[in-house]
Amino acid sequence: MTSTAPPPAGTGLDALLGFLPALRAAGVPAGGDRARAFVAALDALDVADPRQVYWAGRLTLCSLPADLPRYDACFAAYFGGQHATGTAVPPVPQPRPAAWPPETSGDTGEPPDTRRARAASDTEVLRSRNLAALTDEERAEVARLLGLLAAHRPRRRTRRTAPARHGRLDWVRTARTGLRDGGEPLRLLRRDRTTRPRRVVLLVDVSGSMAPYADALLRLAHAVTRGHPGHTEVFSIGTRLTRLTREMRVRDPGAALAAAGAAIPDWSGGTRLGGELREFLDHYGQRGMARGAVVVIASDGWERGSAAPLGRQMARLSRLAHRVVWVNPHKAQPEYRPLTGGMRAALPHIDDFVSGHSLEALEELATVVIGGGRGRGGTPRA
Amino acid sequence: MSDVIESRGLAVPAPADLAALLDAQDYLADDGVATACFLALRMGRPLFLEGDAGVGKTELAKALAAAVGGPLIRLQCYEGIDAAQALYDWDYPRQLLHLRAAQAAGADGVAELEAGLYDRRFLLARPLLRALETSGPAPSVLLIDEIDRADDEFEAFLLEFLADFTISIPELGTVRAAVPPLVVLTSNRTREVHDALKRRCLYHWMPHPDFHREVAIIRRRLPEATERLVRDVARVTQRLRDPAAAGPGLLKPPGVAESIDWAAALVALGARGLDRERAARTLGALVKHREDHDEVRRRLDDLLAGAASATGADGNGAPAGGDPG
Repeated sequence: MTSTAPPPAGTGLDALLGFLPALRAAGVPAGGDRARAFVAALDALDVADPRQVYWAGRLTLCSLPADLPRYDACFAAYFGGQHATGTAVPPVPQPRPAAWPPETSGDTGEPPDTRRARAASDTEVLRSRNLAALTDEERAEVARLLGLLAAHRPRRRTRRTAPARHGRLDWVRTARTGLRDGGEPLRLLRRDRTTRPRRVVLLVDVSGSMAPYADALLRLAHAVTRGHPGHTEVFSIGTRLTRLTREMRVRDPGAALAAAGAAIPDWSGGTRLGGELREFLDHYGQRGMARGAVVVIASDGWERGSAAPLGRQMARLSRLAHRVVWVNPHKAQPEYRPLTGGMRAALPHIDDFVSGHSLEALEELATVVIGGGRGRGGTPRA
Repeated sequence: MSDVIESRGLAVPAPADLAALLDAQDYLADDGVATACFLALRMGRPLFLEGDAGVGKTELAKALAAAVGGPLIRLQCYEGIDAAQALYDWDYPRQLLHLRAAQAAGADGVAELEAGLYDRRFLLARPLLRALETSGPAPSVLLIDEIDRADDEFEAFLLEFLADFTISIPELGTVRAAVPPLVVLTSNRTREVHDALKRRCLYHWMPHPDFHREVAIIRRRLPEATERLVRDVARVTQRLRDPAAAGPGLLKPPGVAESIDWAAALVALGARGLDRERAARTLGALVKHREDHDEVRRRLDDLLAGAASATGADGNGAPAGGDPG
């Protein structure tokens, strides 16, 4: 648009544009469109003034709040003297190479033929087995089942209306069809409120104590994301809240989980449930993500510090959400009692309390999520 | 496109001049806001604003409209919003009446009747069409509020609209903007807005104002408040927003809108400075949750002491973000 202007004198456009690769290396994905906008913005401003250059870049090259600290640090490093070493950039989350252990293929002691022959009854075998011990074929089976379950999507009523058999009178359509009958409204047409997909939010605990189950729960999250696209949000909780929605959108479950593994910085670390939940509610939930949504928290409720903050945040969450579902794999053990402090604090604010330790239990969980129905052994909210 | 501003009859050679125009509308713009608005005008790009509730995103759009001298047109997004609610709709009851009236008058040329039916006067203009129909010379300011509440489909539709600022109505023809509107989108981040939409926009994250700016904003809005009261109020709200000083923290830290309300409530009670009794009675203007109310009441002595001890020494509140060093 404004490319006819000569390159700004004094500073040198090349030096300014050299900033872009440095910024990309710092983790701000400033693509071609944004680079062009940057140049156009520089053209409209005074490039001799570093503040104006700063704002030109920040307004055109960033697109997320998370980009801003990276941009600030990169800008300071690039224009503040240390010139474009490419290494003096702010911390980018390091990919975690071995987050997902290589899956051992078929150590069941049977020849492959036998296993294939039994494939039809695999589901029955799977049902009683703990997900922590699944092989990769069985995992695919799990993903397929969960994907099928996720095909029934949770819905909610909206304010919007559409033509329907019952409901209030639709004057507009009645008048319009009336035109055909010589201006007489012979048939009364009606409209009713429509339904829309209900949002599902999954918070998966990836701390050390949940490590055997986190894998399967993330697979469930992937299945729900794929089966309920555009209306599912996934976060990992542990010591840091990480939004995994983008990673979970990848079609292939293996790739999605690998991406999630790379994105989760606190894999198998400690737990700070109350703080995490609070961060979720402050930054996402209260603003609307949790409103009217089905919120699933998968955790064993081990809380390091005091459980009181967790109780407060759960109360807050239960006031926002349509249903709160808590998945605790330990619940399946017959001797289990919700005695951990965190669990006790959370329990009064939970609508459905399910186990999710095996495929059968995950099926139950999926039913709760999609139908909003009560899980077996569900504890009604006090 | 670079002389959009000149063609719009505005003398705004630099961001500082725009800041002065906004200042005349009682909106105190910092560097970032002024530059963002300036570039939006100059480059003809929509402005995408994100920030906590109450930092003044909607106020900015209002002030901007007054500053450039155009009308403010607001489109509030919600789940299920569709093109008919954003663009235009035909006024069927009136069309029907028109037909009846024509019949009664004895007119029966079918083609003529039909042509009369799809007249501009039977078209109900919704916000996007209204924004295009602004005659100028000043551009209208189109505020698309809380875009994150709308659906993906609507976002895609909006993308198309923002690309060429035209609306085609099959019965009437294409409506093209005489003066392209200045578009301001806001989002509360309940959902990530599609990158394609953001790419067309200038992105600005609005932080809470720092201490000095907050004092200036409250004084501007409430000239009758005493200097001491304004500084005390700003100091307390800054501390309530600061995660380091907050302790357990609040569900909803007060925005600038709340601090202005609080100061106004205190002024109404005749306060010249912040004292415990009046502060406790007016807390409802500052925090809007029962838990927050209890929390602030519990910490009130501490907050007031902090405010008093810092009197004289300016601005303990570090700016929440923004300026380069």
